[in-house]
Amino acid sequence: MIEVREVSKWFGPNRVLDRVTVSVPEGRTTVLLGPSGGGKSTLLRVMNGLIRPDSGDVRFGGQPLTANNARRLRHQMGYVVQDGGLFPHLTAAGNITLLARHLGEGPNRVRTGLVALCELARLPAELLDRYPAELSSGQRQRVGLMRALMLDPAVLLLDEPLGALDPITRSQLQGDLRDIFRGLKKTVILVTHDLAEAAYFADEVVLLAGGRVEQSGSMRDLIQRPASRFVTEFVRAQREPLDALREAAA
Amino acid sequence: MKYVALIPLSRFGGRGVRGEGGLGSRVLQARTLAAGATPPAPLSPLPPMREERGIARFPLAMVLASFVAVPAATFAQPVRIGSKADTETTILAEVVAHLVRDAGHPVEMKTRLGGTPFVWDALRADSLDVYPEYTGTLTEQIFAGRGIRGEAALREELGRLGLGMTRPLGFANNYALGMRRSRAAELGVKSISDLRRHAHLVIGFSNEFMKREDGWPGLQARYALPQRNVKGMDHRVAYEALSKGSIDVTELYTTDAEIRLFDLITLEDDLGFFPIYEAVLVYRLDLEERAPAAVSAFKRLEGRVTADAVIAMNGRAVEKVPPTEIGADFVREQFSVQATVEAESDARRLWRLTLEHLTLVGVALGASILVALPLGIVAARRPGLGGVLIGIAGLIQTVPSLALLVFMIPLLKTGTVPAIVALFLYGLLPIMANTAAGLKNIPPSMAESAEALGLSPLAKLIRVDLPLASRSILAGIKTSAVITIGTATLGALIGAGGYGQPIQTGLQMNDHREILFGAVPAAIMALATHGLFELAERVLVPRGLRLTPIA
Repeated sequence: MIEVREVSKWFGPNRVLDRVTVSVPEGRTTVLLGPSGGGKSTLLRVMNGLIRPDSGDVRFGGQPLTANNARRLRHQMGYVVQDGGLFPHLTAAGNITLLARHLGEGPNRVRTGLVALCELARLPAELLDRYPAELSSGQRQRVGLMRALMLDPAVLLLDEPLGALDPITRSQLQGDLRDIFRGLKKTVILVTHDLAEAAYFADEVVLLAGGRVEQSGSMRDLIQRPASRFVTEFVRAQREPLDALREAAA
Repeated sequence: MKYVALIPLSRFGGRGVRGEGGLGSRVLQARTLAAGATPPAPLSPLPPMREERGIARFPLAMVLASFVAVPAATFAQPVRIGSKADTETTILAEVVAHLVRDAGHPVEMKTRLGGTPFVWDALRADSLDVYPEYTGTLTEQIFAGRGIRGEAALREELGRLGLGMTRPLGFANNYALGMRRSRAAELGVKSISDLRRHAHLVIGFSNEFMKREDGWPGLQARYALPQRNVKGMDHRVAYEALSKGSIDVTELYTTDAEIRLFDLITLEDDLGFFPIYEAVLVYRLDLEERAPAAVSAFKRLEGRVTADAVIAMNGRAVEKVPPTEIGADFVREQFSVQATVEAESDARRLWRLTLEHLTLVGVALGASILVALPLGIVAARRPGLGGVLIGIAGLIQTVPSLALLVFMIPLLKTGTVPAIVALFLYGLLPIMANTAAGLKNIPPSMAESAEALGLSPLAKLIRVDLPLASRSILAGIKTSAVITIGTATLGALIGAGGYGQPIQTGLQMNDHREILFGAVPAAIMALATHGLFELAERVLVPRGLRLTPIA
């Protein structure tokens, strides 16, 4: 669905992406995993054209992503960031329907879409008239998701969607998100630094560090057949607390 | 506006300006004290009055003739009569107006404009037809350094500029040194030379006189005056100090009402130091073709305005008699011309001033918004160009308002339009700067969200950026509005009307009621505007931006 080939990106003197090649399969959930500063968020933004790579190319559905078509192609790529990225001056409904209204969707279709999305994202409809400041962080995240899904895009990009949530909200939303991904059978690309979260969502994992792909494939491969010393370290660092938890419970 | 024969004129009566403002005109000083003045001089002569009556039929015939000529007069451009901010020339302008109307010609009053540069530029820019001036101001200030001496030379110089000058009206308003009569008698001082013998005398001059070459520095050199104890003070304060005896000598103008009020004498200028400031009317020569009747009407004043009559008229102005009424009484007594003066009620006047002020502010602010908002957007998008734009607007802001208004006259003449242009220029910076700042302060995550959605740049601007910056933009407009309301009071300097009129008149006449008549409504308008913007903020700034997040 999305092909990233030999992409490099410099921010000033820092190379944040170093000849990265990633293939995102259609209808599956690909997790971009890695430590902070590893280049995963940059890669996500390269995929939807928010960041132009210095070299290499990106294809969306076989079509090269260029400066000219990026905005149009983004209508087929819903994008969710931490805390929703909602516009504070618009209500929840205003945020969700902004683009649809701008593109000239009729009010009836917009309303039908809203109702369906409320059900899908499990957001009580009475919250639609609230402003982001009047919503909890979990609710804001649901609204952000609804905004990304409004035009029924082929691809959904999520950047640490659960990053800003407390554990209980996080686990509720995590479950709901997986149901949605599986139910809609969309191509999903999700960025996280959390191994457990990656394991929860991933059909495919790409582990990025220092701007390079350390390993890509299944979660099982990552854990059982680490491709490098770094992968071993990364997995161990995140597994140890979980193992300690398991021991304490036993 | 079309006028036929007699026109009520009082709606122009109260135009006011404080002329000085550092522009250095000698003839503009407010020389009024809140005190009663002596009744008109014994010179207000009976025999000449009789003489007048003999001629009185002539103007009557002219009035009749003017009615015959009504169609022409109706289509004629009104004669535009101006004056500086001071009371004396404003009264003279009203006298001219009564005579011109009496000759059947419509009149447009532009009295109490700012100082000499304002009226002179207005005359040159064909925004005025005639105004009262002093020969000394023409030779010493306007044509300074050209060494013009004598009436003929002055007339020739003016002629080169397409301007004419009447013969002297009959009085001079010269600089002179004044002392209390009793003090002068006690010391035996009659002339300026006599002051040499009294080095201990305390002298107080207006600050302007202290600096002018034809003021104290030149005077001291010419007469070799020994006095060291010379203080600079406000002209009115100097009169007060003189009357109380805390100073012995001050400079004055020979037509000041205070000369009689405080029983002063003027010292003889025995070495002929002071230039002669004879009153004349300066006019555009083309007026002789456009409105010959008007020119002959005001030329009737030649040699007919005595110093005593002027002192008496200035005295009535001190008593707060409106200049138009003083002028009407003068033409009635001197020329048997019946001039009507229609008083405007306070309420009507306030309403008119409010409308004028609102027009100035509304049009200027509207234009500022229309221009500064897009420029602010450009400034936010292109920081390099933005720096230049905001720099230019800031530069405009540093031009003193008075100077900006003077610059306007050659380009746009006088009245409402140049005032609005000046206010518009002043209004740009706060709106432009706040728009740019508001847009730049939008969090990058918001900008990214808008872009990630795939909104077009225009939709992003209208639906996301401007609403997010709305609070800052509105604050800029509010600042601009309040500044504009205040600055608009200076519009009266170039005849734009509004609350500045009574303020400037009141400053000239030392009339507190008159000052407050403009200042209080201006303050209320500023406060009300401030309040209105607070309300507008609730409507225009999206509610979501006024909430504090709950989590």
